[in-house]
Amino acid sequence: MEITDGIIAYVAALAKLELDKGAAEKAKEDLSKILEYMDTMNGLDTGELEPMSHVFPLTNVFREDVVTNKEETESLLLNAPRSKEGQFIVPKTVG
Amino acid sequence: MEITKLTALELGRKIQAGEISVEEAVRTQLDMIREREGEYHCYITVLEEEALACAKKVQEGIRTGEYTSPLAGVPIAVKDNICTEGIRTTCASKILENFKPPYNATVVKKLDAAGMIVLGKTNMDEFAMGSTTETSYFGATKNPRDITRVPGGSSGGSAAAVAAGEAFLALGSDTGGSIRQPSAFCGVVGIKPTYGTVSRYGLIAYASSLDQIGPIGKDVADCAAMLSVIAGGDIKDSTSVQQKEFSYLGALADDISGMRIGIPRGYLGKGLDDEVRSAVLSAADLLRKRGAMVEEFDLEAVDYAIPAYYVIACAEASSNLSRYDGVKYGFRTEDYEGLEEMYRRTRTEGFGEETKRRMMIGAFVLSSGYYDAYYNKALKVKAVIKRGFDRAFEKYDLILGPTAPTTALKLGENLSDPLKMYLGDIYTVSVNLAGLPAISLPCGRDKAGLPVGLQLIGKPFGEREILRAAYCFEQSIK
Repeated sequence: MEITDGIIAYVAALAKLELDKGAAEKAKEDLSKILEYMDTMNGLDTGELEPMSHVFPLTNVFREDVVTNKEETESLLLNAPRSKEGQFIVPKTVG
Repeated sequence: MEITKLTALELGRKIQAGEISVEEAVRTQLDMIREREGEYHCYITVLEEEALACAKKVQEGIRTGEYTSPLAGVPIAVKDNICTEGIRTTCASKILENFKPPYNATVVKKLDAAGMIVLGKTNMDEFAMGSTTETSYFGATKNPRDITRVPGGSSGGSAAAVAAGEAFLALGSDTGGSIRQPSAFCGVVGIKPTYGTVSRYGLIAYASSLDQIGPIGKDVADCAAMLSVIAGGDIKDSTSVQQKEFSYLGALADDISGMRIGIPRGYLGKGLDDEVRSAVLSAADLLRKRGAMVEEFDLEAVDYAIPAYYVIACAEASSNLSRYDGVKYGFRTEDYEGLEEMYRRTRTEGFGEETKRRMMIGAFVLSSGYYDAYYNKALKVKAVIKRGFDRAFEKYDLILGPTAPTTALKLGENLSDPLKMYLGDIYTVSVNLAGLPAISLPCGRDKAGLPVGLQLIGKPFGEREILRAAYCFEQSIK
């Protein structure tokens, strides 16, 4: 399939990336080649097979609803680019 | 006696017997790292002080009988996508350049409980996306067998560290061949366990349905010993499986008489280097001479494994990597207005080219209008691949083939052509799609002297069979 500038802008927005003109052109070229190769999957008749997300049957793992982790606010916030009073700081999100 | 020439199990025995102290082993290893790192660059972070402190603790624990593992006191390396508490874990990415996990991965806890000593965190392709370790933000690792060549990837630092004598053993992770292919390129042994054998808790996710942690070592027995330590169900990974028996060392019998081995014809065809083919077929002959039944057969859908793998892996990556937004941990851009722009700039500046490419492919194959044609189709191809292996394992105990179509590539050779790089994963990715265990071990060299990797693929939870065959092969060529 043909990858247009519009598709590249759309996937960049979905992936939350900014592409300058050069990067967008390169992405278009790479994605065209890669997706064309991925299209070769259509050569395989998968008939009525169901899409398989996991190879082994998975079952829910239940446990009692009891809190087992300790209070870790402080150690978790050590990695935050910005934090204050036990909270992550982000730019203003509401007007 | 040169300590670094010992295998991990030999060293462990000498430590238990009091012939070598843990500190001596660690110091020798740190000297080796200091001497060789400038050339090979296997590590992102070396933990000199921590390793020496740990050596004291373990030595005392061996004396009191606390540590009884055959690997107690053995210095090892850990891939830098496995969380180590308070120790920088970067995934070889700028976006996690200063990330210090607040917790240990389950495998790291297990290594610690067995008394193994972590020397450092090894280099890798950024977020494990690549087959050469060249996409690392911290620069490429060189292959210790030939420094003009790549060590393979993504666990290139781990495989190179073992090959260079900079670690006795290492942990890698394998999503589409990332333990096996670098092991092949560096002439060492690597195991990708059955999906669910080893807990993924604390492994920074690339493609969660395919990722597995596994050992890389100097020989089959070392890998079996390390796998015995790290395997086991974990309440913190709901896909991990509780098994009764985890001692893989017991499987190492030098006897494969009666074992049935199949070689997929599709693994010997176009694209396979002639010297690799001949080394792999000689290995098959040798196993035949040792009493195995070896024959070629047709495995379903070999040609469709790479496109299906890249659709699924990229889809999962685009979801897994959406968490890097500059809020909770990692890098945040300096210049932004508003939340959306902060997200975009942080990600644009923080991720490398290959990672961005895979996130965009993933976003595309999951987007409405293309989901059925790509993502769902890939999941159906995966079902065909799984069915193909199920049928093969009705006839065979093991599947044998090459690990990679070539020996180690020149640095830079494939970096500019992503599709060409993806095609190198042809013999490894289907194992991850089907969740199977597989081992790569050296089976000779090409004319340039570069190691060739032999791959043995087992049934689900058939680690013991592949270890037995690999051990038998290794003993036969000694």
